[in-house]
Amino acid sequence: MTSAAPAHPSLAHLSDADIEQIGVELDALRDEVLASRGEADAAYIRKVIKTHRQLESGARATLLVSLFPPAWLAGTAMLATAKVLENMELGHNILHGQWDWMRDPEVHSTTWDWDHATPAEDWKHSHNYLHHTYTNIIGKDRDLGYSVLRLSEDQEWKPYHLAQLGINAGLSLFFEYGVALYDIELEKVLHREMSVRAAAGRLGKLWKKVRPQLVKDYVMWPLLSGPSAVTTLGANLTANLARNVWTHTVIFCGHFPDGVAQFSEEQTENETRGGWYVRQLLGSANLEGSELFHVMTGRLSYQIEHHLFPDLPSNRYGEISPRVQEICERYGLPYTTGPLAKQYLTVLRRIARLSLPSGPSDVPVPVRRTAKKAA
Amino acid sequence: MGLLDTLVRRGSALTTPFLPDDYLSMVNPLWSGGRGPTRELRARVEAVSREAAGSATLVLKPGLGWDGHLPGQYVGVGVEIGGVRHWRTYSLTSPDRVTITVKGLGLVSNQLVRRTPVGTVLRLRPAAGDFVWRSGRPALFLTAGSGVTPAMGMLRGLVRRGPLPDITHLHSALARDEVIFGPELRRLHATYPPYRLVERHTAADGLLTMSELDALVPDWRERETWVCGPAGLLEAVSDHWTSAGLSERLHVERFTPLVVGGGSGLVSFARTGAQAQADSTLLEAGESAGVLMPSGCRMGICFGCVVPLLQGQVRDVRTGDVHGEPGDLVQTCISSPEGDCALDV
Repeated sequence: MTSAAPAHPSLAHLSDADIEQIGVELDALRDEVLASRGEADAAYIRKVIKTHRQLESGARATLLVSLFPPAWLAGTAMLATAKVLENMELGHNILHGQWDWMRDPEVHSTTWDWDHATPAEDWKHSHNYLHHTYTNIIGKDRDLGYSVLRLSEDQEWKPYHLAQLGINAGLSLFFEYGVALYDIELEKVLHREMSVRAAAGRLGKLWKKVRPQLVKDYVMWPLLSGPSAVTTLGANLTANLARNVWTHTVIFCGHFPDGVAQFSEEQTENETRGGWYVRQLLGSANLEGSELFHVMTGRLSYQIEHHLFPDLPSNRYGEISPRVQEICERYGLPYTTGPLAKQYLTVLRRIARLSLPSGPSDVPVPVRRTAKKAA
Repeated sequence: MGLLDTLVRRGSALTTPFLPDDYLSMVNPLWSGGRGPTRELRARVEAVSREAAGSATLVLKPGLGWDGHLPGQYVGVGVEIGGVRHWRTYSLTSPDRVTITVKGLGLVSNQLVRRTPVGTVLRLRPAAGDFVWRSGRPALFLTAGSGVTPAMGMLRGLVRRGPLPDITHLHSALARDEVIFGPELRRLHATYPPYRLVERHTAADGLLTMSELDALVPDWRERETWVCGPAGLLEAVSDHWTSAGLSERLHVERFTPLVVGGGSGLVSFARTGAQAQADSTLLEAGESAGVLMPSGCRMGICFGCVVPLLQGQVRDVRTGDVHGEPGDLVQTCISSPEGDCALDV
């Protein structure tokens, strides 16, 4: 079954063979990194783990005297930094299996747990599988953005979208809970696709994951702080909110800024390996910044490289980025990138624009389909 | 340790989703381990000394969670090479301290002998194995090469309790100065007459054959026998004892399974989604694919490596037997795939 793909501004000039060749080149790049993983990479992830633990220990100790304002400030900053590192460069990437090759059960996708509301097991399904496989396919990518907010013309407008700038701000503050609740798919109960009992079971599992973290941040450490109990509680809340806002901002800059393509299910029906790669390229956007900035985003600043190769160690994305750009240039494909503030502004603009009713986009944004097999 | 134990047990409310071990080990890497399935026992290399035949003895200080051992038992040692964890088993050669004597052959042993400085933190599995001393009748130790290590563990354990009992020790090595623990064994021979060391230097005298046994150890039939060494020796001794109807008096220690032949196929690891085309053991195939495979003795004895089979069949590399139905627990260290199969790990 050969399929002449609908014209895409970025893909019109490429043949099916070109698309497959891009796949071959990207596979070769991936193999190159796989073959060179070694001691230095292991040392890197251990260093990040150690840094996180030192920062967290330092923060908790400092906050024991958080009644003293400089201690509050320093402790809160350290704790927020630790929590960002833990969620992004550690949790997200380790759960992707980026470090499984070390065979260390203390740094492995099947044993790692994280300071996040979503149980690690559920995350691996909703994120690693659904989001990474069906990236930016409207209706299939279970990325939270697509169901709470209207981020594409192809999504039906509903009156509550008028408030979506405000909804986005609230979502940003409580991002981890938003993500976790969303993963439970409560809407399926309304559509009678899930029993109330099953939903209750999933909520129970979520509560089991969330409760110890709430107890830790809002009961145990405040209690240990004695006279500083209230200020420590405030510090922990601030750190959690700051972490949420930061992760939300970085993550929304990955797939929703201007220049990022969205797709429909029909457009990707017969996608090949090369087509999948190209969809990841067109459907992701990078962020520019310093090495420290990259670490603090968990290298989601290399969202394009991460989406091409979700299980390569994150510390290697930076070095392959010029090679990916070179491939994009050679094949005349866009490579979307920009500084955080600029990119997030375009996201906010999109949210604002789409809060008003508008028809489906005039220009369809398909990925080129290539023939799989004659049917 | 009492206070540490309490801290570790109670403290997880303060450290969740991590364990107190994870933070304590920043102060001392040995303050972590043995708690929960994912925190491994650790040991620090305290001293390394050279031994004969390109081997070295490593003195290890085990961390929290180490339950001790009996002389003659073995221990799993985890070593990181090129960022990747590798496991091997070694006999414990000292009754009170955790010491292993390693011959520098192969990837892991070579790393331990030549590139493991004092201070290195290794991972440990609990001591295991029933190759341990049983008093009663007179004994025969039949060892060759680095197979002397569990015997040395037992001898040192016995010496601590008093004079050595009636033990004949028939040991093979290439030459006199290739005998690991040579001076110490000869000293025991000189000090405790009931312990008799018979050295066989194979470069000059050839490999030991069972037909020589009657001359070298006339009363071998009366003795409780422990044998450890290369596969050829183990096989010859096992056959000889079995045909004499004495196999219940024989204790055999292997470090690799005796391989008859394995199959091959595509192995799927259901929980991680990894796949590997393998003609090796399932354990090796999983480890190479980055799957967290449980493991123990790596020679088919301890059942520390069993994993449920989901589909397909496996072949026991020691016997060539093909077996397996969905749900069977298979020993991954001595099983190879027989065609495509899937494991629940």
